[in-house]
Amino acid sequence: MVAAPRDNPDPIGAAAARQLADFARTLRDNGFRIGLGETRDALAILASSVATRTSSLKPALRSLFCATHSDWEKFDEIFEAFWRRRGMRRAQTLGGTAESAASRRRNAATSRATSGLPDHVKRFEDIGDAAGGRGRREGASSAENIVAADLRHITDPDDIARANALAARLARSMRARLVRREQVRRRGRRLDLRRTIHRNVSHGGTPIDLAWRRRKIKPLRLVVLLDASGSMNLYTAFFVRFLHGVVDAFREAEAFVFHTRLAHVSASLRDRDVTRAVDRLGLMAQGIGGGTRIGDSLATFNRWHARRLINSRTAVMIVSDGYDTGEPERLGAEMRRLRQRCRRIIWLNPLIGWRDYSPQARGMQAALPYVDLFAPAHNLESLAALEPYLARI
Amino acid sequence: MTLTRETISDRLSAAGYIADRDIATALWLMEFLKRPLLLEGEAGVGKTEVAKALAAVHEAELIRLQCYEGLDQHAALYEWNYQRQLLAIKTREGTGENADAIEEHIFSERYLLERPLLAAIRRQQPPVLLIDEVDRADEEFEAFLLELLSDFQVSIPELGTIRAVSIPRVLLTSNGTRELSDALRRRCLYHYVDFPDVDREARIILARLPGIDTGLAVQIARMVAAVRKEDLRKIPGVAETLDWAATLAGLQVHDLRQEPEAVHETMMCLIKTHEDRARLTREVAERLLGKVA
Repeated sequence: MVAAPRDNPDPIGAAAARQLADFARTLRDNGFRIGLGETRDALAILASSVATRTSSLKPALRSLFCATHSDWEKFDEIFEAFWRRRGMRRAQTLGGTAESAASRRRNAATSRATSGLPDHVKRFEDIGDAAGGRGRREGASSAENIVAADLRHITDPDDIARANALAARLARSMRARLVRREQVRRRGRRLDLRRTIHRNVSHGGTPIDLAWRRRKIKPLRLVVLLDASGSMNLYTAFFVRFLHGVVDAFREAEAFVFHTRLAHVSASLRDRDVTRAVDRLGLMAQGIGGGTRIGDSLATFNRWHARRLINSRTAVMIVSDGYDTGEPERLGAEMRRLRQRCRRIIWLNPLIGWRDYSPQARGMQAALPYVDLFAPAHNLESLAALEPYLARI
Repeated sequence: MTLTRETISDRLSAAGYIADRDIATALWLMEFLKRPLLLEGEAGVGKTEVAKALAAVHEAELIRLQCYEGLDQHAALYEWNYQRQLLAIKTREGTGENADAIEEHIFSERYLLERPLLAAIRRQQPPVLLIDEVDRADEEFEAFLLELLSDFQVSIPELGTIRAVSIPRVLLTSNGTRELSDALRRRCLYHYVDFPDVDREARIILARLPGIDTGLAVQIARMVAAVRKEDLRKIPGVAETLDWAATLAGLQVHDLRQEPEAVHETMMCLIKTHEDRARLTREVAERLLGKVA
């Protein structure tokens, strides 16, 4: 970061370069992925003709620094907050006269030396939090972690180990699925002309040694939606462990937790330490005692996550008892949408394990037509019984 | 020589592309930093149009690579003409040439079939290379693309390395059906293409359908903007707007308020799924009409 201004100090002056570096750092604090290359290019932009007007400089820097839509939406706010307070104009004119630039460079150096800490830390905390908070809204935020329920008393090491082993086994059995892409194999369905010819040039072009193509196997993707509402609270602790095992074992797995709303928790679950990962799901504490809005949560999922996460080789696993406090029609409609997108919907319902249970809950009734497999999940055995089914997906 | 931002902006409008303010900057930047530009946005916002306009701005050829699942190097980069190769081998069988000579012959330029990526780096004049819907291609292809975009050279095992004669201007588009890799995002400049605002959409309608009434164009643009705000499954794109505008103009409608019947009946130009159709009932359409007109 410090290297960038030193590389190219001349056209715009060191102070401006440093401000730019600070700006890049502020962006990085807000989740932007910015490397040296971008900073260097930004210096080039600042020295170019577009830098004369904010109206053209802002879009230029935005195109350079943003990499995703969420970056794009945050950028304007951060840009305004940063440059307006810092004095945009000063940054531009610094390169003007050599003398002033040099003196300012000295000033900047001394002020930096005396102040010790780079001041942007304090100054932009609030902005960072505002923007960061917005970006995190869909995930488990640290604020929610604080009110974490104490789930540790269920962390019986044996149970955890068994749950994880089971999750890993399930993952192994369902990870393969055919895709259209083909690869060369010794045996296969179709002749690979390209390789066959290349291989047989030494036979004067007579195809003796044949190369074949066969469809390639690609891993199945699993998306798990876990109900963490009050009615499920006897089971959530166990399923969170299972979820952790799934995220750990699958190359492509995503995990969501919902009660009245939906939270994307894959990132929190990637923590290798199960206990810590589970503790980080502080969100669950809020769910206990609250109602469940399965339909709304699914709607959120369909609207914001489905397109990105679901493809034709995705199985969606919903773990819920089906007690929905929302309208069943909504749940039905959202289930239908989801069904159109993904390969299989598996609904695990812990209540099935109970004797004499029949899916009477209205939400469950609405969802059932779209479910490919409706199975019990009240203990490890019932989960293990899923294996043959998952292997066939 | 790089064009200035203003020139690009002017030429875009000369090419019939009604640009939003920032896209000209992004296109200029692409030129200035020699980086590819990644365009993201919902389907139908006119991402592909940007590439066409860019080609017009630079008076360059547009080479388009449409991505799909299973797209591989043979379809994207190059392929050998096997039929001709086999033929050549057969005709030379009697001549007593040794295998090496034959190999050299059949793996020469004559038997090479250029695909879009190879074509793009072998042009004398730098073309515009549009890699459309890159999110549909597999991750493996993305990695390969990344290599090509950073080195602009391709190695063909039988021929050797082919360096770019000119560096093409590369535009990538994505609809977000799959998360693109960080590496690819880092490599590219980024621009999020949004649905045009009312004013811009009205100007697009006027540009594409010169005969249309200005007032009507504005009304249509407002109505479409209102429809987009409804919770629809398939949000109508610019192409749909144009279809609808053309239909209304064809029906001799001059004022949407006067003919709610026609509006409702032609709504199928905008609404493409049964579900949305059911949601956008006559009453809803009239309510929207009341708001915009």
